[in-house]
Amino acid sequence: MTAFLALIDRDLRLAFRFGADTLASLLFFILCGSLFPLALGPSPDLLRHMGPGIIWVCALLACLLPLDRLFGAELEDGSLDLLMLTGPAPAAVAFAKMAAHWLTTGLPLLIASIPLGIMLGVKGPELPLLLLGLAMGTMSLSLLGGMAASIVLGARRGGVLLPLLVLPLATPVLIFGAASSYAGQLATSPAASLDLLGACLFACLPLCPLAAGQGLKAAVG
Amino acid sequence: MTSPSDFPTPTVPGRLLDVEDVTVFRGDRLVLDGVSLTLDAGDAMILTGPNGAGKSTLLRTISGLRRPDSGEVIRYGDLAWLGHQDALKPGLTLAQNLALAEKLGTNSLPDALEALDLTHLTDLPARLLSSGQKRRAAFARVMLSGAPLWLLDEPTVGLDIASIERLGAVMAAHRAKGGAIIVTTHVPLPLDNTRSHELPSLAHVESFWLS
Repeated sequence: MTAFLALIDRDLRLAFRFGADTLASLLFFILCGSLFPLALGPSPDLLRHMGPGIIWVCALLACLLPLDRLFGAELEDGSLDLLMLTGPAPAAVAFAKMAAHWLTTGLPLLIASIPLGIMLGVKGPELPLLLLGLAMGTMSLSLLGGMAASIVLGARRGGVLLPLLVLPLATPVLIFGAASSYAGQLATSPAASLDLLGACLFACLPLCPLAAGQGLKAAVG
Repeated sequence: MTSPSDFPTPTVPGRLLDVEDVTVFRGDRLVLDGVSLTLDAGDAMILTGPNGAGKSTLLRTISGLRRPDSGEVIRYGDLAWLGHQDALKPGLTLAQNLALAEKLGTNSLPDALEALDLTHLTDLPARLLSSGQKRRAAFARVMLSGAPLWLLDEPTVGLDIASIERLGAVMAAHRAKGGAIIVTTHVPLPLDNTRSHELPSLAHVESFWLS
């Protein structure tokens, strides 16, 4: 457990030290979201209607950005060999990296989605629901993305393969997540979508670190 | 961290490692052909052989990073690993880089840094270190672990003569405490009573295909 926390601690230090890399996905998220009003026109009704969907798609894409380096940097400088040999179990190493990914990518996205949501006309009372959905969604994406990143680790054209692997797996998260965020606008209950979104998260929670651990073992072998 | 109970009890007292008839293929190329060796407490084994003979592959197989295609590797204790690369993050200071190894290991960081003459560099970011200093920092990680079996892949790359002497003293102290070392190297190391294991070059062996 100490090793697990120490690993997260190290990753957070690295993220703060290389702030530009960490900010890249956040800036991408904000810029990408801000481009939609320019392209769709400034109609408040249209933007309000599209808002949650725009935020969900932008968050999904922004989560993908840092995945390429998640394990790649560790593999290149030999740290992964050390972690596999002397660190915690491979699945725990993978889980620690996924947790660090969420803390440095998912959490800032959540915070940035508040001003972006207001800009796109999401009403105040609808915001907590959007944030709740996004919190579960970004966690699932970190888990799924980490798994895919470890699987393509060491493969040629890994960067191209990565989105091809993640995006199909992430579609249920996108569908249920966006559906829950629209519940406020459509005056329906978000319970069913949130339940299914939570189910996705709890399916990913044990399975993704296990699969990723195997991927890491294969990559160093 | 694996506890001692995770390892089998050796049939020979003091035995740390048994490598039995290990064969490894890389793709369709034979890299290691029936390698057998044993290592007891206090041993230092130097792996020699031409470039591409499979020295690093043998170390990776012994460490467990790679599974042998046939044969068996039996370890009776924990290991510490020094790979080709130093595994230092350029943005973190020396102390931050070694923090994880310090938490996982049993030895103290100041002692290890002192023994390798790195104390004055503790708070310097790793990107400002020279390649020899980085190599010593990576070696400090091995010292922190407290594991009996050290696997060292070219530990002396980029080191000056004084640093190599210092490394020799550290390795001698480790052996005196009942540890053992397997090291690949191309330069002579200041070690007494070493055993050496020469790996033949298998480059001439035709790559063969599974029929």
